Amino acid sequence: MRSPGDFTDVAVVAFAQSDHQRTTDELSEVEMLMPVLHDVQRQTGLKAGDIGFTCSGSSDYLAGRAFSFTMALDGVGAWPPISESHVEMDGAWALYEAWVKILTGEVDTALVYAYGKSSPGSVRDVLTRQLDPYYVAPLWPDAVALAALQAQALIDAGDTDERALARVATRSRTAAESNPHAQLPGARPQGDYLVRPLRKGDCPPVGDGAAAVILAAGDRARELRERPAWIRGMDHRIEAHSLGVRDLTDSPSTRLAAERAGAFERPVDTAELHAPFTSQEVVLRKALRLDSDSTVDVNPSGGALAANPVMATGLIRIGEAAARIHRGTSERALAHATSGPCLQQNLVAVLEGDQR
Amino acid sequence: MSREPVAVTGIGQTKHVSARRDVSLAGLVREAASRALDDAELTWADIDAVVIGKAPDFFEGVMMPELYLADALGAVGKPLLRVHTAGSVGGSTALVAANLVAARVHSTVLTLAFEKQSESNAMWGLSLPIPFQQPLLAGAGGFFAPHIRAYMRRTGAPDTIGSLVAYKDRRNALKNPYAHLHEKDITLEKVQASPMLWDPVRYSETCPSSDGACAMILTDRAGATRSPRPPAWMHGGAMRSEPTLFAGKDFVSPQAGKDCAADVYRQAGITDPRRQIDAVEMYVPFSWYEPMWLENLGFAAEGEGWKLTESGVTELDGDLPVNPSGGVLSTNPIGASGMIRFAEAALQVRGQAGAHQVRGARTALGHAYGGGAQFFSMWLVGAEPPTT
Repeated sequence: MRSPGDFTDVAVVAFAQSDHQRTTDELSEVEMLMPVLHDVQRQTGLKAGDIGFTCSGSSDYLAGRAFSFTMALDGVGAWPPISESHVEMDGAWALYEAWVKILTGEVDTALVYAYGKSSPGSVRDVLTRQLDPYYVAPLWPDAVALAALQAQALIDAGDTDERALARVATRSRTAAESNPHAQLPGARPQGDYLVRPLRKGDCPPVGDGAAAVILAAGDRARELRERPAWIRGMDHRIEAHSLGVRDLTDSPSTRLAAERAGAFERPVDTAELHAPFTSQEVVLRKALRLDSDSTVDVNPSGGALAANPVMATGLIRIGEAAARIHRGTSERALAHATSGPCLQQNLVAVLEGDQR
Repeated sequence: MSREPVAVTGIGQTKHVSARRDVSLAGLVREAASRALDDAELTWADIDAVVIGKAPDFFEGVMMPELYLADALGAVGKPLLRVHTAGSVGGSTALVAANLVAARVHSTVLTLAFEKQSESNAMWGLSLPIPFQQPLLAGAGGFFAPHIRAYMRRTGAPDTIGSLVAYKDRRNALKNPYAHLHEKDITLEKVQASPMLWDPVRYSETCPSSDGACAMILTDRAGATRSPRPPAWMHGGAMRSEPTLFAGKDFVSPQAGKDCAADVYRQAGITDPRRQIDAVEMYVPFSWYEPMWLENLGFAAEGEGWKLTESGVTELDGDLPVNPSGGVLSTNPIGASGMIRFAEAALQVRGQAGAHQVRGARTALGHAYGGGAQFFSMWLVGAEPPTT
């Protein structure tokens, strides 16, 4: 088997995302996605037919129809036919599948995209359909309520308090002022409790958006991007589903994925964490050894608290980390994605620029 | 670095039936996974990662059910991937799992696909509501029947071909203990007298709606040396997709299917599929798709596929047995149907197919398709490891 150091030849060479919005009633998913796909194609000069493999992430439960991803394929330009796959997961896992495909040596480029429109329904209720269908889902415990359970567990354990959570919210949305795609740029009042102890400000905005990434291997990556963001390691792990058997104040799956991705071998300067709730940043910092006094720039994009297009938010973390390496503002960055209630499933990628 | 060879050392299926009311979703997948582990004589601890696939989440009413199934799949603390590529998903899922081994990310991977269709009504689940689609279709049959008509018109195939396929597959299913439909008193006359559902597709020429799961253990060379039974070796695998609708699309013989087969044959060194492949498990949800895919996959020249069916070539004792397991026409837990094709192809080259074993099968093709005949996934497996 490969050790983390063996994964040195695949890079993120392009990233694009939509301007995330509360509603996009006038746009179909294909229409929301196409400008983003065209953006990464323009960045690299690649056309659909030049790309070795395509993989996407989305959810039928957001779209409200079966096989919703088949329509999105129309936006890709899959003619002549393309080598293509889809995960019913956040796009970060689509990127993982594409990365593995490149590692087999069969292809040297891949397009990854993800999209989600949360606006047509009540996403906090829709997400209850992810829960154990026999014992939990019938009770409809919504996503905010479950996150609040986790937040309360953290407070009870002495890991945080409401003022510290408010600081996470303020820091994230202040950072988002320099992110033109953010839905909630700029600090704002924490507002009323949504579900104690979480206030409105502790929760992510509900919105619609899309993102796309192009991966390339070796010299191909150097041709397509002056400073590729090399994926030094990537791993993902899942935990038990029942909240009752988990320690909600910790994230052993994140820690293990980070270890397997080589995240702890050397310090990173940037971390893009997929933490839709302020309290979840506390959990992730603990698992990733990012103390609140660390010098690591956490979520310079504003993170999921500034824009949370469900199914694309994790992919955007990888894209944002890569874009900082492209721009030369990061040397080594960690990107994290999550799925499931209370951080059940987690992915960690470590990206680096070439030494200068 | 070249690809690591991929071996199938464990296969497990549930007995497919119309409704498994005795098990939960977790119980269903656990049953197939446990049988695959038993076949490989491995334990849950030997599994590095799990790749699961199924068709639309609406079929069971659970969004991203792999989250809830993580415990049942023994995936806690491990990587768990969930694939969804429409009807081809069972095949695609196996290919994603195979890539984890081929890329040397993991040594031994459990891959599994399932559907518990009794939880909902698949036909209406597949009939998209306004505003997504005009209300013209009722289920997949309504979508595919016109394309079958186009095939008949194009080739001049006699009306009876579809019933021959159904009669063959339902008889083959009698030899497969896991098949859903066991119609012991099936006759050709009964097939031909069954009610017309979507002209020209009759009731007996249509796949059933099943509850079932299928699992495989995929492993590398080192894992294969520890296999208690002969492994099946992957010689080629590919996926191809094209849009649902576009001007010039050939629904009868989609380009994506041709390209996918060509890619698999290139990888496996197949130049004459009709001669070099001993058994085929292809995705035939409506009887007429057997002759259609025989042409699309290069087993017959364009317009000639029905002649292979008519002359008995695709019978279990024929020259090119197609769907010795009874196929999708006898068993259709939609999300698992593609993986069952891949697994049954592997069973053939392992010599483990029991009463529906094709004698001397050394090379077999597993095939799946989905969406509007737009998503394809295939693999070719052999009794010998690949030489390159």
